Amino acid sequence: MVASLYGVEDEQKAIWVFLEQMEGEVERVSLEILSKGRQLADEAGWSLVGLLLGHQVSDQAERMVAYGADEVWLAVHPLLEYFTVDAYAHVVEQAMLKGRPSVFLCGATPNGRDLAGRLAVRLRTGLNADCTDLRLNPENGMLTSEVTGFGGGVLALLESPHHRPQMSTVRPGVFPMGEEDPNREGHVHEMEFELAEGMIHTKLIQRVVGEGVDLTQTPVLVCGGRGIEGKFDMLQEFAHLMNGEVGATRPPVDEGHIERERQVGQTGVVCRPKVAFACGISGAFHFVVGIQDADIVVAINSDPNAPIFEYTDFCIVDDALQFVPALIEAIQMDRATAND
Amino acid sequence: MTDFKIVVCMKVVPKPEEIRVDPETRRLERSQVRSEFNPPDMNALEMALRLKDLYNARVIILSMGPAFFEPYLRIGLAMGADEAFLLSDRRFAGADTLATTYTLAKGIEKLGHPDLIICGEESSDGATGQVPPGLAEWLGIPQITLVTDIEMDLEQRVVRGRREVRGGHEMLEVPTPAVISVKTASNEPRFMDYEIKDKAFKQTKIGVWSCEDIEADEGYIGVPGSPTIVTGFEQATIRERKREFLPGARDEVVRRLLESIQDYL
Repeated sequence: MVASLYGVEDEQKAIWVFLEQMEGEVERVSLEILSKGRQLADEAGWSLVGLLLGHQVSDQAERMVAYGADEVWLAVHPLLEYFTVDAYAHVVEQAMLKGRPSVFLCGATPNGRDLAGRLAVRLRTGLNADCTDLRLNPENGMLTSEVTGFGGGVLALLESPHHRPQMSTVRPGVFPMGEEDPNREGHVHEMEFELAEGMIHTKLIQRVVGEGVDLTQTPVLVCGGRGIEGKFDMLQEFAHLMNGEVGATRPPVDEGHIERERQVGQTGVVCRPKVAFACGISGAFHFVVGIQDADIVVAINSDPNAPIFEYTDFCIVDDALQFVPALIEAIQMDRATAND
Repeated sequence: MTDFKIVVCMKVVPKPEEIRVDPETRRLERSQVRSEFNPPDMNALEMALRLKDLYNARVIILSMGPAFFEPYLRIGLAMGADEAFLLSDRRFAGADTLATTYTLAKGIEKLGHPDLIICGEESSDGATGQVPPGLAEWLGIPQITLVTDIEMDLEQRVVRGRREVRGGHEMLEVPTPAVISVKTASNEPRFMDYEIKDKAFKQTKIGVWSCEDIEADEGYIGVPGSPTIVTGFEQATIRERKREFLPGARDEVVRRLLESIQDYL
């Protein structure tokens, strides 16, 4: 049987969280995992350790203590300024072999997945990807990860009983972010490690990153499907009035009507808005999982038998192309009257 | 034909919408379910075939699974792939990511030295996206994941890929051989070529390889090679909704809706 580089016998009772940063700012998903990690560590009486790699990121290390870390391991190097899987895997591997954590968590982001995928093989351990929930058994230290499969219709519970670390990547947006507490105390440990240019085979030629939208945080989500025939301008106007963001099902994204980062559902983003609008959406399960955490769902579809109405609080049988403009007009009229 | 060689890793998956969990046994009911090529792998094959069109590359499909995968691999041949190999052995079954990537890596080693290994972004059944980086790690070569487009520099022996990240993209360059994963839906997979379909379905021989054929260590494949165990399945439950149909003419419905959602905003 394949054995991991370190095992249950020589593990440290600690949860480690990889703190992903972009341009010196720790990503939100890392803070969400820290918050969940804090809860699990408290229940089990373990320690919570953040692992931060970068160039000018020392100020962020202190902040991570405020977000719940007992300890932050900090690796600073010019070659770590931007993520390359070669450099990051190399340094994280060294940290893990020194710290030997029982549990290692990171965000299921493009970089987090690249890193975790390589590390799991390097350390010869299991990897549970894109988890939607985590449990840690305080008795035996077993991490149970919940993942969804088959388009979101099936949940599977996974464990890795004999291999360490127990690795999982966590889907952004599934855990709420904790409060920053400047009075929390913790320790920042600056790591010594080996890293040289010759170890890095990835060359970053160009990087074009705009603001980017974060649909996981919007209070109002206005989603469009095939039924709105690419009229996302109309949804944009409505979303703007509601102080929200526009999302989409997969077909309009595939057809190029809207950016892929606005795709909602199993292969896109999972959102937790106060109100989600589904406009001209039939209601395939892999879309519905993307809005299942909304407080309220409103659906507009001309077909009264559309499956979407099964997952809806306020059902409107109408053509979204007609109804949404009427809704926009009514809101504008109300506001004009209120301002008089 | 040049000596530029591409391996495309492809998987056959059950159609996701047809999978159910048996509430009694908590096991997946797969018996009634139809299969298909994992859709993201079709994008991987298309990317390889475009490189074949450009550089006359040799495209080899590699898959791991039971014998019933064979006719699916022939679809890939009919689309233009040159060869197909199936890693098929009872002992490969029950593999998690670690064992799967190990087995595929051994198959790739057996195929000689490909310049590129192209995979789909993720599988529609497991959806972990962890095979491409795991494969790259076993092979000890670089990777570029979530690529929408690539270009080769055969002289310099490098590949450049446009990789999707949050809020934008980056252009990365790595030396070949390298593993590439293709962002789902970033190209339009071609149809089968009817001129070669007959040959693909009737003549081309698909190589079927066992554990011994790829010289795999039995401790690293299938169940013994898999640290992860599945302790249970559940049917995902979706929260109960009010399902209240708002009656009346359009203007009335608009009014009712605005009143109804006011408390939640």
